[in-house]
Amino acid sequence: MQIFLMYLKVFAVGGAICTVAQLLINYTKITAARILVLFLLSGVVLQAVGLYQYIVDFAGAGATVPISGFGYLLSKGAIEGAKESLFKALTGGITAAGMGITAAIVFGYLVSLIFKSRSKKN
Amino acid sequence: MKTSADCVNNNYMKYVSAVSPRTNEKRSLFRSFWVGGFICCIGQSVRYFFEYVCGLTGDELGAYVSMVMIFLGAILTGFGIYDRIGKYAGGGSIVPITGFANSVVSPAMEFKTEGFVYGVAAKMFIIAGPIIVFGIASGVLVGLIYYIGYRIF
Repeated sequence: MQIFLMYLKVFAVGGAICTVAQLLINYTKITAARILVLFLLSGVVLQAVGLYQYIVDFAGAGATVPISGFGYLLSKGAIEGAKESLFKALTGGITAAGMGITAAIVFGYLVSLIFKSRSKKN
Repeated sequence: MKTSADCVNNNYMKYVSAVSPRTNEKRSLFRSFWVGGFICCIGQSVRYFFEYVCGLTGDELGAYVSMVMIFLGAILTGFGIYDRIGKYAGGGSIVPITGFANSVVSPAMEFKTEGFVYGVAAKMFIIAGPIIVFGIASGVLVGLIYYIGYRIF
């Protein structure tokens, strides 16, 4: 039951974040790349003021899977690093987000080596 | 004062908005809601798997979840499935981290014919580049502000 409730929260929050993006697409004709940057930055800012942690605690993957969760990780890593030293304040963000960037580059390169573009066939 | 060029421009813009396909707004919102929510639920399932089966916790847990989600996004883009999801769901497929993977793989595959350095490796970052640039820059900024804050207070 608790797991079902958790999935409900994940679904609602994750869906809501994506719906905000769709609203922006519908009403401002903003491009996909700008939406991604906008959501990333809002994740960074929300965590910098300490709010995004509450959303993550509430909704789990519903808050960490959207790109704003990536910004949350960057911001959280930098804040935790800043407690220790200047060096860690500067590297903390990229350390926390390192797995995401590494995975995107490695899997991205491998997949594009193996597969051919299909977009022209349609 | 209205010049004839403005007039032509206005007429042209009217023509463009009349001809360009109308997105059904309510339907697109509904679609992006359920697809986005569904992708996040897959993420939560991966999270439960790593938490209870592999016993990971904290930052490590989150990192492996995003790794798996990026892998899924990349491989689905490779098979051409993610682009179909994108056509159906719009924002629901862009904002999850699988959409980030899609934005890396899609141009990389498209420009494969231009070679592996200037084609694949360079074009991978057409959309991911700005994300990494703004992400790291804002992360450093937050780190610096907090560092100065911790030193003063």
